[in-house]
Amino acid sequence: MRRAVIAFTAFLGGLIFLLASGPAMAWADGEGLKGSLKNQGQPVNGVKISVVDENNAPVGEATTSATGDWAIPVPKAGMYKVTLDVNTLPQGVSLRNPDRATLTVQVFEGNERNVLFALVSGDAADEEAAAAEAEDSWWTRLAQLSFEGISLGLTIALGAVGLSLIFGTTGLTNFAHGELLTLGAFTAYVLNTSLGLHLLIAAPLALVIAAAFGYGQDRYFWGVLRERKTGLIGMMIISIGLAIFLRNLTLFLFGGESRPYNEYVAQEGIEIGPIFATPKGLIAMAIQIVVLIAVGLALTYTRLGKATRAVADNPALAASSGINVDRVIRIVWAAGTTIAALAGILLGTTQNLNYQMGLQVLLLMFAGVTLGGLGTAYGALVGSLIVGLFVQVSTLWIPPEMKTVGALVVLIIVLLVRPQGILGRRERIG
Amino acid sequence: MDWILVISRAVEASIGTEAVIYALAAIGLNVHFGYTGLLNFGQAAFLAIGAYSIATTVTTFGLPFFLGVTIGLALSVVLALLMGIPTLRLRADYLAIVTIAAAEIIRLVVRSVALQDVFGGTDGIQAFSGGFYALNPYPEGDYNIGPIIGFDENTMWVLTVGWILVALSCGLIYLLMKSPWGRVLKAIREDEDAVRSLGKNVFSYKMQSLVLGGVIGALAGFIFALSRSAVQPESYNTELTFYAYTVLILGGTARILGPVVGAAIFWGLLILVGTFLEEAVNTGTITFITTTQVGPIRYMLVGLGLMLLLIYRPQGIFGDKREIALDAR
Repeated sequence: MRRAVIAFTAFLGGLIFLLASGPAMAWADGEGLKGSLKNQGQPVNGVKISVVDENNAPVGEATTSATGDWAIPVPKAGMYKVTLDVNTLPQGVSLRNPDRATLTVQVFEGNERNVLFALVSGDAADEEAAAAEAEDSWWTRLAQLSFEGISLGLTIALGAVGLSLIFGTTGLTNFAHGELLTLGAFTAYVLNTSLGLHLLIAAPLALVIAAAFGYGQDRYFWGVLRERKTGLIGMMIISIGLAIFLRNLTLFLFGGESRPYNEYVAQEGIEIGPIFATPKGLIAMAIQIVVLIAVGLALTYTRLGKATRAVADNPALAASSGINVDRVIRIVWAAGTTIAALAGILLGTTQNLNYQMGLQVLLLMFAGVTLGGLGTAYGALVGSLIVGLFVQVSTLWIPPEMKTVGALVVLIIVLLVRPQGILGRRERIG
Repeated sequence: MDWILVISRAVEASIGTEAVIYALAAIGLNVHFGYTGLLNFGQAAFLAIGAYSIATTVTTFGLPFFLGVTIGLALSVVLALLMGIPTLRLRADYLAIVTIAAAEIIRLVVRSVALQDVFGGTDGIQAFSGGFYALNPYPEGDYNIGPIIGFDENTMWVLTVGWILVALSCGLIYLLMKSPWGRVLKAIREDEDAVRSLGKNVFSYKMQSLVLGGVIGALAGFIFALSRSAVQPESYNTELTFYAYTVLILGGTARILGPVVGAAIFWGLLILVGTFLEEAVNTGTITFITTTQVGPIRYMLVGLGLMLLLIYRPQGIFGDKREIALDAR
């Protein structure tokens, strides 16, 4: 989990940098190197970074500021070596990969090049980790990656179940579902930081707000559109518009930088057999499993769950056998939004909050749902777990930054072989 | 408040390089979505293929510029075939998800560290447009069009080539859609099974449509790369596709000039609102937002506009309500 978080933070950092600065960045005056040194979202200051050119002639030095930022101008475009002085790192913080204290990068004309160093904290990160890394057997890594994969898969599953149920009951492919995660996480953030509530109080409150939002969204928006007989593809594009609106609203209100909750930011990791995890990660997993089992049981055994499946099967027949279809759909929306918000909050505790956090898992949710079979709740669960596992375990063979690529390629291949998905039924694909 | 600046920027944007890029991208989408009813959410992939083909051919491999253009066109055909084979037999929403996945795959591959030597990672590639600007017939200087707007000689050259490409694409689409081939595409949009029962190979027609629209998308990618003399992976994210859809729907789907007018209005309005708000903030007329918040506001309006268009006027400005494939079949 921790490694994934760090990798993700670094990835997010790069992304935010690119997005925040936009096209203006490429036209910055003069060439230079810069970066932002962060450890689990917290800036690391006072670290010395030096740059030499291709012939090892020194070019410049900088020390990271209180915000972790550093910048070193370079005279012209070319290759440069950037070295992070490991001795100046604060106690308990070290490079994730000790071999990569010096990075060779190319600076293009007029380009201010961003350089990232991945850091880890905790005692394990010191010599112990380096030693462990060396003797890290393939099986230990497989175990660790499988654990991370299940954790990711569960997060995807929370989002995907709602996505799949909404699709099943209304036929809408909701591109704004990722934003429901983001909104849930940020609602909890506002309650947590502005009102000063402890996260354990803020989170349930945020879920209540999310449920109301989901209910209202169907009552006053999607339900009205259905009554107007808006086409399904029309609704899909409307959901894209809604996603663009909500995402930029979050960006407008909270800005582009990542934010942590007040509680549970940094935690010491614990070792369980071959697996390394943080307590908050384990608790998040437990919550996810409990919620998913509860949803599964509710769908199978309660009256409402049976009604939901009936509506998903055939709305007209369900209506004629006395089921209030609109009410079922509204409850599905409320429940789906709540579960998505929960996924967002849990994602926010393990990584930081960002206006793009939902968008980044949206495609994986789609992959999970499609893999399992569109419209089937159990399929979404199975598909998401497979996607999560595949994404993480594939890093044994492919570079970590390409892991999403692997999952998406598998999605396309599965569609070739079994277009209805693993648990889907043949007639659904039309 | 400098009204001249606000208006001149908006007018410049509505005929500028962004409008050309989005017009071409939307013309491609119009072939897919407007005429054939294919829900391609991966148009950004075709632009990326076009842009990166020129950039890598020239900068990474040191080959001539026109070879890059040829490779770009060839690769966009290959990409369309690869995207089409697994999905064109499936329902519309599957096609949407797979095309969006394909676009993300391409973006993630070109931005990866592992292939940084070829694609330049997150920094992208610069310095490949020399061959294109060497052909520039405009002597150095500023060219004023009308009283308030003007471009430099390089932009003039890009715009000339770009608008010629737009005109040629529109002409081609016009002729094709008048032909029996175009009528089959429209028939597929209306009722696939009926066309199949008439003995037409629907899969093949859909594939041809995907290829044609994809190649026009690659042209948009060429202009995108050349106008900025740089390619960056983040320019080719899914938002690009969604804004191209907004452009298309705004102008009117299944209309020859719909995408062109849509692009001009979209960028004109976007820049008008953006510059107006920035000016208002700078002069202190509006105090409750900062200039960095102007960007999100603009795109909130795009999202809102897209929703309102689909709800109240799905045919856009020129379209015909009966000619839009908004119902999943």
